[in-house]
Amino acid sequence: MNPAEPNTQTAVTLSIDGREVTVPEGQTILAACTAAGVETPTICWAPNLTPVNVCRVCVVELEGSRTLVPACSRPVEAGMQISTDSERVRHSRRMVLEFLGSANDLSQASEIADWSRHYGADPARYDAPCSDDGSPGSTAGGEAGLEPERVDEPVRIQDDLYIRAYDRCVLCYKCVEACGDDAQHTFAIAVAGRGFDARIRTEYDTELPESACVYCGNCVAVCPTGALQFRTEFDLRAVGEWRPDDQTVTRTVCSYCGVGCNLELHVQDERIVKVTSPADHSVTNGHLCIKGRFGWEYVHAPAFEPPSTDTAER
Amino acid sequence: MADLHFSDAEPTASERQAVLAALSVNGAGDGAVVVDHPRVVRGGTRRRKQLRHLLLPALHALQREAGWISPGGLNFVGRTLGVPPAEAYGVATFYEMFRTDSPSHELSVRHVCVDPICALAGAAPLAEHLRSQGHAVHEGPCLGQCERAPAVFIQGRREPDRVPADDSGPDSLLVSVTASTPESPSLLRQMIERGFDNGESTSMEAYRQRGGGAALDAALRLGPDDVIAQVSAAGLSGRGGAAFPTGIKWRAVADGNGPCHVVANIDESEPGTFKDRLLCELEPLAIIESMAVAGLVVGAQQGWIYIRGEYPLATQRLRGAIAQARSAGWLGDDAAGSGQQFDIELRRGAGAYICGEETALFNSLEGFRGEPRNKPPFPTTHGLFGQPTVVNNPETLLNVNEILRIGPEAYRSVGTEGSPGTKLFCLSGHVGRPGLYEAPFGTPLGELLELAGGVQGTLAAVLLGGAAGSFVGPDALALPLSLEDTRAAGTTLGSGPVMVFNDSADMSGVIERLAKFFRDESCGQCVPCRVGTVRQHELVTSIRRAGGPTEPQRELLGDIADAMGDASICGLGHTAASAVMSAMRLGLLEAEPAGEAVARAARERSEQEREEMGGTARVAQQRDSLGDSAS
Repeated sequence: MNPAEPNTQTAVTLSIDGREVTVPEGQTILAACTAAGVETPTICWAPNLTPVNVCRVCVVELEGSRTLVPACSRPVEAGMQISTDSERVRHSRRMVLEFLGSANDLSQASEIADWSRHYGADPARYDAPCSDDGSPGSTAGGEAGLEPERVDEPVRIQDDLYIRAYDRCVLCYKCVEACGDDAQHTFAIAVAGRGFDARIRTEYDTELPESACVYCGNCVAVCPTGALQFRTEFDLRAVGEWRPDDQTVTRTVCSYCGVGCNLELHVQDERIVKVTSPADHSVTNGHLCIKGRFGWEYVHAPAFEPPSTDTAER
Repeated sequence: MADLHFSDAEPTASERQAVLAALSVNGAGDGAVVVDHPRVVRGGTRRRKQLRHLLLPALHALQREAGWISPGGLNFVGRTLGVPPAEAYGVATFYEMFRTDSPSHELSVRHVCVDPICALAGAAPLAEHLRSQGHAVHEGPCLGQCERAPAVFIQGRREPDRVPADDSGPDSLLVSVTASTPESPSLLRQMIERGFDNGESTSMEAYRQRGGGAALDAALRLGPDDVIAQVSAAGLSGRGGAAFPTGIKWRAVADGNGPCHVVANIDESEPGTFKDRLLCELEPLAIIESMAVAGLVVGAQQGWIYIRGEYPLATQRLRGAIAQARSAGWLGDDAAGSGQQFDIELRRGAGAYICGEETALFNSLEGFRGEPRNKPPFPTTHGLFGQPTVVNNPETLLNVNEILRIGPEAYRSVGTEGSPGTKLFCLSGHVGRPGLYEAPFGTPLGELLELAGGVQGTLAAVLLGGAAGSFVGPDALALPLSLEDTRAAGTTLGSGPVMVFNDSADMSGVIERLAKFFRDESCGQCVPCRVGTVRQHELVTSIRRAGGPTEPQRELLGDIADAMGDASICGLGHTAASAVMSAMRLGLLEAEPAGEAVARAARERSEQEREEMGGTARVAQQRDSLGDSAS
C-alpha cells in the first residue's frame, strides 16, 4: 500500500538544510526533501510499498533528536529542522553503503554503486581488519587475520521464470512486502534466521515450485540489487548480452483480462526481455500477475499459418 | 484457510495434541480454535490477525513435544492459526530455543551460559563435563543466574523446563541497605526478613498477612489521577534501563482513547542481570497487584506478562499468582471491585535478547519476528496490537507499590534529588558475595562493592549496565550510582548489573565475548547493526590476537560505533559498541596485564576523552530535562 494519503488541507512548513519547505501534512521527510530538490539515497524504500526503514541509508539529522531519523518513514512536523548533508549524516550513509559493500555482491546494483562513490564508501577497509598498512593480513594480525564474513549463497535456479542470487540480497524486505500485505497476499517468502544469518526464505527453504509462490514476479520487480532476476535477464547476462542501453520500453495494456493493467515491454534485439508495470499506474501500482508478467512468449511464436481449407488435394 | 498454501507434511498425533492443549489452556486462547460457527467464515487477513498472537505458545508446545519444529507440526499450527508457513518458519528460526532441523537425540537440552561471568566461573569445562556424561548441550547467552555462575537451564523434551540450581535449594543472596524502617522504601526488606522457602510465602494468604493488597486498596481509594500524581511526585523512573519517567508514561496512556494494554516486561536478558527473576520467584503476587493497579489507572482491560523462556520457576510462580489473583477477585470482570474488567495473560519468550526491547516484545507477543519497530510512534500511542500500551519492568512495578504504601515524600527520603528511591544491583564476578543488592541511588560504587564482600584480588574493571553498558576502571570507585552521576561520567546504570573483574581476568577475551554477544543477538533487521556488530566482532577478535589495536583499527572501531549509535533502529544497535569503546578507552584491549594497561590508559586518555565526553554530556542534558518535567 502507499503511505497514508497526505491530507492536502493542511500544509506543514519545515526547514531542510536551512531552506523553508512547505508540504502537505502526512508526507514524509523524504517527500519533503524531494519537493525541496534534495536527492536522498534509498534502498528499502519504494513508492508502491509501505516504508520499512531498515536500510538506514536515507537517515537525516533532525534537530532535537538524539539519533538520526529515517527520512523514508518519518512524517513531517511543523518547525522540523532537518540537515541532509551534515557530517553525521554523511558518516552514517557512508558506513551503511560500506557495510553492504563489504557483505554483498553489489555488482548489479548500479544505484547503490553511484551513492557509494558519492559518499566515499570503501568496503575494502574491512578486508584485512588486522592490517596496519593496508596490506592484507599483515603485521598486526599476521596469519590470524580474519576475512570479513560475507553473504555467501549459491544461485538458486529452480524454474524458467526467475532466479534468486542471495549473495546480492541486502535484506531490504521489499520482496517480502510485495509477496505479502503490500501486493500479492501470497506470503510465500519471509525473513528467516537472525542477525547476519537472516535470509529470505520459503518455509524450510522449500523449492519455489513446491512453495506457495504463484509466480507473479512482483518480488523480482522491486528487488534493488538483482538478487531476484528474471530468467531472461539472467541468461542474457550469462552470455554477456544484457544491454540495457540498447533496450526500448513500450507501454501497452495487458491483453489477458479486462482489468486494464498497463505493461512496459522492455525490448532488446526485437525480443521482449522483461515486463514491468509503472509504479504510479493506478490499476497496478507497479504489480502484475503471472500472465501479464511472464505470459508474453506467444509474441515470439512463429507467425501463425492457417491450415489449408483445400482438402481436395489430400 | 483456503487462501494459504501448505505442503503435504502432516503432524504426528502427539504434535497435534500438544498444540491443541497449549492453545486451549491459554487464557484468551480458550476455544480460539474451535469457536467458528460452521456457517461463519473468518478468512484471510482478519482471522490471521485475530489468532496470530497464539503462535509462540504453539511453537513452544511443538518444540517440547517433538524436540523441533517439524514441517508437519508447523503446517498444523499454520492451518489452525491462519499463519502462512513461510512466516511461521521465519518466527521459529528467530529464537534460540526453537530448532527447525530434526535433532539426532531424544534428550532434554542443557543450555550452558558462556557469557563473561559464567565463563570466568568455568562454563567451558562444565559444558564439556555435561557432554561427556551424554547430555545434549547448547552453549548460549546469559541465562540470568549470574549470582550462581556457571548457569545451566534445562529445556525439557516431553518434560517441564527446569533450572538445576532451583532444585538444590536457595543459594541466592539478597541484601538491602535501606531496610532499617518500614517507612523507608524497600523492595527486598520483607523478602529478606522471611528468608527463602519453597514458595509457601507466595500464597495469597501469606501475601495478605504481610500487607499485600494495600497498593490496590490505595489505588481504588485515590483514583487514577491521584495515583499518577503520586507516582510522578515520587519521581519514579523506569528500572529496565531507559529510566523513562513512569508517571508520564501512565498519564499518556490514561489520556488515550480506545482499548489499551499493560505489559510487564520480564524478558530480562541483559548479561549480568538477574533481579527480575528473583522478584518474580519471591514476590509474584506483588507484580500482579501492581499490574492491576496500572490496569485500573490507565483503563486497560488486558494485562500481559512477557517473561523470558529460561525462567521456569518464575513462570510457574507467576502463573500461580495469576490464578490466585483471579480467585481473590483482583482480576476478572470486576477487578478488585472497581467495576472495571482487567485480566492478565502470560507469554513465554523463546530466547532472544532483542525481545526485551519494548517494540520487539510487542511483535514477538503478537506472533511476529521479534524485530523492533521504528519510534516514534511510541508505545504510549501505538503499542501492543497498535494500541496504547504501558510497558513496565517488574522492579518499576514493585516501586509503584512502595510509593502507594508510604507516599511520595517518604519515598523521596532515600536516593538523590535526580534519582529518588532505591535501585536493585546485580553483583557478579570477582566479589566476595555475588547476589542481589538494594541500595539508595547515589551509593558510591566502592561502597556497593564493599557491601558485597569487596573485590577478590586486584580490581581491573567493572562493567556497569551489562553488555549494553560500559566499563569503568578502579578510579571510578567514588562514582555515585545515580542516573545523573553515571550519565555525567559517560556511563550508565542500565538495569543494574555490576560485573566485577579482577586482574586475573582475560579482559580482551571478555570484550570479544561481548562483541560476539551482539553479533549473535542482533535481529538483523537494520544494516548498521546487522553488519556493524559482525565487523566489530571481527575487529575485536583480530585486535585480541594481535595483542592490541593499531591506529587504523581504533579509527575503524570508532567509525562503526558512530554509525551503529546514530543510524540503528533500536537501543540494541545504539549501545552495541558501548562496552567495546569504553574498554578501548580504558586500555583493556591491550596485551599487557590488565592492571598496567588501565593505569597507562588513564594517564593518556584525559585529553582525548574530554572531547568524547562532550558528546555524552549533551545527551545527558537532553535526558535530564525530560526527567525534570516528570516531577
